[in-house]
Amino acid sequence: MALLKGTLDVLVLKTLSWGPMHGFEITSWLEQRSDGQFDVTDAALLQALHRLEARGLLGAEWGESKNGRRARYYKLTTAGRAHLRAESAALMDYVHALTTVLAARSAHE
Amino acid sequence: MSDHSTRGPAGIRSGVRRLFRIPMHTPERVTADANDELSAMLDERVEHLIARGMPPAQARAEALRRLGAPLGDAREMIQSSASAREREIRLRRSIEDLAQDVRYAVRTLGRDRAFTASAIAIIAFGIGASATVFSVADALLLRPLPFRDPGALVWMANGTHGGLSGQTAQVNHLVQLHEQDRAFADVAGYFAFYGIGDASLVRNGDAIRLSAVPVTQNFFSMLGVKPELGHSFTPAESATDPTNVVMLSHSVWQNEFASDPEIVGRSITVNNAPLTVVGVLPASFDFGSIFAPGTRIDLFVPFPLTESNDMQGNTLALIGRLGPGATIASAAAELAVLAPRITAAHPDRNAFTPSLSTLRSHVVGQIHPAIVMLAFAVGTVMLIVCANLSNLLLVRATGRRKEMAIRAALGAGRRRLVRQMLTESVMLSAAGAAIGLVLAVIGTATIARLQTVNLPLLGDVRVDAASFAFVVLLATLAGLLFGMAPALQLSELAVHDALKSQGRGSTEHKRGRRMRTALVVSEVALACVLLVGSGLLIRSFLEMLDVDLGFRAEQVMAIRIDPDRQVLGSQSRFNSYVSEALRLTRALPGVQAATIADGLPFGKNRTWGVAAQGEVYPGGHHPVAYVRLATDGMVDAMGMRLVSGRDIAATDDSAGERVVVINQTMARTLWPGQEAVGKIALIDTARRVVGVVRDVRHLSLDQAAGPQFYLPFRQIQDYPIVELIVRSTLPASSLARSIRTALAPIAPNIALNEVQTLDQIVDRSVSPRRFFTLLLGGFAAFALALALYGVYGVISYTVAYQRQEIGVRMALGATPSIVRRRVLRDTLELAIVGVVLGAIASWIVARLLRSQLFGVGAGDPATFIAMVLIVMGVALLSGYLPARRASRIDPTAALGAG
Repeated sequence: MALLKGTLDVLVLKTLSWGPMHGFEITSWLEQRSDGQFDVTDAALLQALHRLEARGLLGAEWGESKNGRRARYYKLTTAGRAHLRAESAALMDYVHALTTVLAARSAHE
Repeated sequence: MSDHSTRGPAGIRSGVRRLFRIPMHTPERVTADANDELSAMLDERVEHLIARGMPPAQARAEALRRLGAPLGDAREMIQSSASAREREIRLRRSIEDLAQDVRYAVRTLGRDRAFTASAIAIIAFGIGASATVFSVADALLLRPLPFRDPGALVWMANGTHGGLSGQTAQVNHLVQLHEQDRAFADVAGYFAFYGIGDASLVRNGDAIRLSAVPVTQNFFSMLGVKPELGHSFTPAESATDPTNVVMLSHSVWQNEFASDPEIVGRSITVNNAPLTVVGVLPASFDFGSIFAPGTRIDLFVPFPLTESNDMQGNTLALIGRLGPGATIASAAAELAVLAPRITAAHPDRNAFTPSLSTLRSHVVGQIHPAIVMLAFAVGTVMLIVCANLSNLLLVRATGRRKEMAIRAALGAGRRRLVRQMLTESVMLSAAGAAIGLVLAVIGTATIARLQTVNLPLLGDVRVDAASFAFVVLLATLAGLLFGMAPALQLSELAVHDALKSQGRGSTEHKRGRRMRTALVVSEVALACVLLVGSGLLIRSFLEMLDVDLGFRAEQVMAIRIDPDRQVLGSQSRFNSYVSEALRLTRALPGVQAATIADGLPFGKNRTWGVAAQGEVYPGGHHPVAYVRLATDGMVDAMGMRLVSGRDIAATDDSAGERVVVINQTMARTLWPGQEAVGKIALIDTARRVVGVVRDVRHLSLDQAAGPQFYLPFRQIQDYPIVELIVRSTLPASSLARSIRTALAPIAPNIALNEVQTLDQIVDRSVSPRRFFTLLLGGFAAFALALALYGVYGVISYTVAYQRQEIGVRMALGATPSIVRRRVLRDTLELAIVGVVLGAIASWIVARLLRSQLFGVGAGDPATFIAMVLIVMGVALLSGYLPARRASRIDPTAALGAG
């Protein structure tokens, strides 16, 4: 399924809360955790990473991947961690409210 | 601080995975990295898929599909997001650094309140003075005149020699110009012999004196001034003579008519005649500030270009607007051909010999050098301010070496330290500028209110956007300038100290001391230049006040007593009016002498051609002399000095012989080497010279009188102005009231707002010089104080630094007085070097000042000697406190502390 606007950032931050990862590790992790439900293209992911780094939510460095390839590793900054906390709480509240409304039984049902 | 900003060396292997701050890359590097990142992503996925059993070609296709865009597009998208990221990070980082520097600067400056306060005060004065002078220069020299396309406006003087008659043209000249010239889009004029306070406006039974200027019909349209209410004069309104319409200045409309929006069409009574108001001029149009500095013009009436007005002679001041494509040169070339033809049309009349200049240079040309002088002076003050602050910062820097060394050890690079120091100095400068701006607002408001100072456009002086931009620029530059030397030195020492962890080294100390000594010496030298400059100006000013005026201005007052028109219309009625006015005035207690004249010194003047009877003048070139009308009592009332013969007498009236009193220059001109009394001069008619008086300075204090003659008022019917001049020991205001009461039977409408004392008039004529002298003197005093402070700082520091050495000397038997003398000698050495350099610089600068000097040479020894004495005295004074401190050093304590 396609992602709702703005949720990719939170998902990326959440992923990185497990530790530093490079681009492919992030997308693999997301794929696993969502049972392949989230459809994130690689180009969109890399752009999101750059955007988050520009906002100071992520830090990055070049390192070596498990396969011996030069890869750019991303890590949450303090600001990123705080942002993740706030955004995921808001998102969860939103989803909860959404669920409550959509799950309500109407009179004629 | 965020964790990602901790730095570490590059090239860390995986597994360690320490995050460090990515160094800033070139755009090429950023692009290459973005490509690498993308290919790594693809390769990892391909490998992953192959590992899960997919054939390589299919794996590759799948990886490209998961990219979400064609490879080329994706690459571009990633590249642009990467470079956007770099830009944003760089911006954020510099803002963070700046914020950190500012926070740090506020903390350190806040800790050192005394230093901060004195530094800010010094900058505030410097910037306040600079901004004020800039605003004056802006209003007088930089801002365009408040007219439409002012660059095309040209002042057309008829001839180049002094006197209003020598500048003005006749009506027929203007009429012919209108018909024949091509270069000008339009030429207009105003009647130059209007009298200040000529128009008596009667309102609610009380008369007030206003000033009215007659202008040609096209005057306002030529300048491009649109009335705020109503309209400018129409040709019909300007044709009839006498005219019966009037336009009001904005201020008179505001003050006398309460800004009545219905004023247009109303009738007002001026000089007992009803005039219809046809328009009100905008506030931006101030005739006085441009054409007659130091005066206020309230009313404008039409000046018809009629034959009778033509017969009045040279009366019109002409201003032209150049047509499209025309220049002053092309207009002058055209007039060179046209003018002789215009003259030839009336060969018996005065010639038309126009000389052109831009209106701006006519208005401000004379004071241009004075403003430039002020600008240089204030620039010098600003340099001294910078040198002084540099010095203060250097002294402070020595106390901060440890702090800087710690920062350097913590990884702050040299550039970062320099930036930190410069942030501090720019912040100091900004704080000073904020206060300086307030000072400038006060300063400009004060200057703009100086209505009695005889300078054009002064009312327009204010702090505007341009001045504000100037202050911002100046503050930044000054902050960088005075912060640079200390910052460089301190950061260098800090990096040095961090490596070697040793206290003060004597080489560095020597270098710092040399730099500071150099700064103080230049401060002293610059202060010398300002002292000499202002000293020369003060001497000129005193010389000017000392000028033999030819009359005594003290205890003389003048009041306008212009009679009604019908009295003016007949010589006999006028003569009895004059006699009666003089009789009533002289009868008042406290009145010593009284006369009636058609003007006062430093006011309007006109020139007529004169001749000695029987003399033939080659080419008809008659000598030209200034005209003044007066009655008996002139010599006594004005305090003039009679050289030979007699004063004008009460009996010199229409029945008596036609006589004249002349000044010494005129006597020398017409009858060189002979006794003039008894000779016949041809003026308006043949007149016998009955007296010769000492020359009276009537043009200005620094200008010789030229030939001048005095006609008996009762013998000539040509008096636009009737001025009662009274010598008395009584205060002017109470005397004016009693004169008003005494003259009520014959002159019921005397206005008290136009009472002047001759002292005031003399004062106003020296007002520009006083204005510039006071400003420059103030700058010099400030500069001297700063130099004193600088010398004091350096000597105090030296004493503190040499504490141990002095202690040793004293332990070895040096008496306090020896120590004191040594410190004073150091101070004097410093001062002498400064004074010598300053004297040389002053010698050069004084030469450039020559045009501003009066009665004193540029190399005036008295001024230079005074400067040397003042500077040496002040230097000794500033060295005295540290010297005393040095002599009180307790040897045991000084050595023990070491």
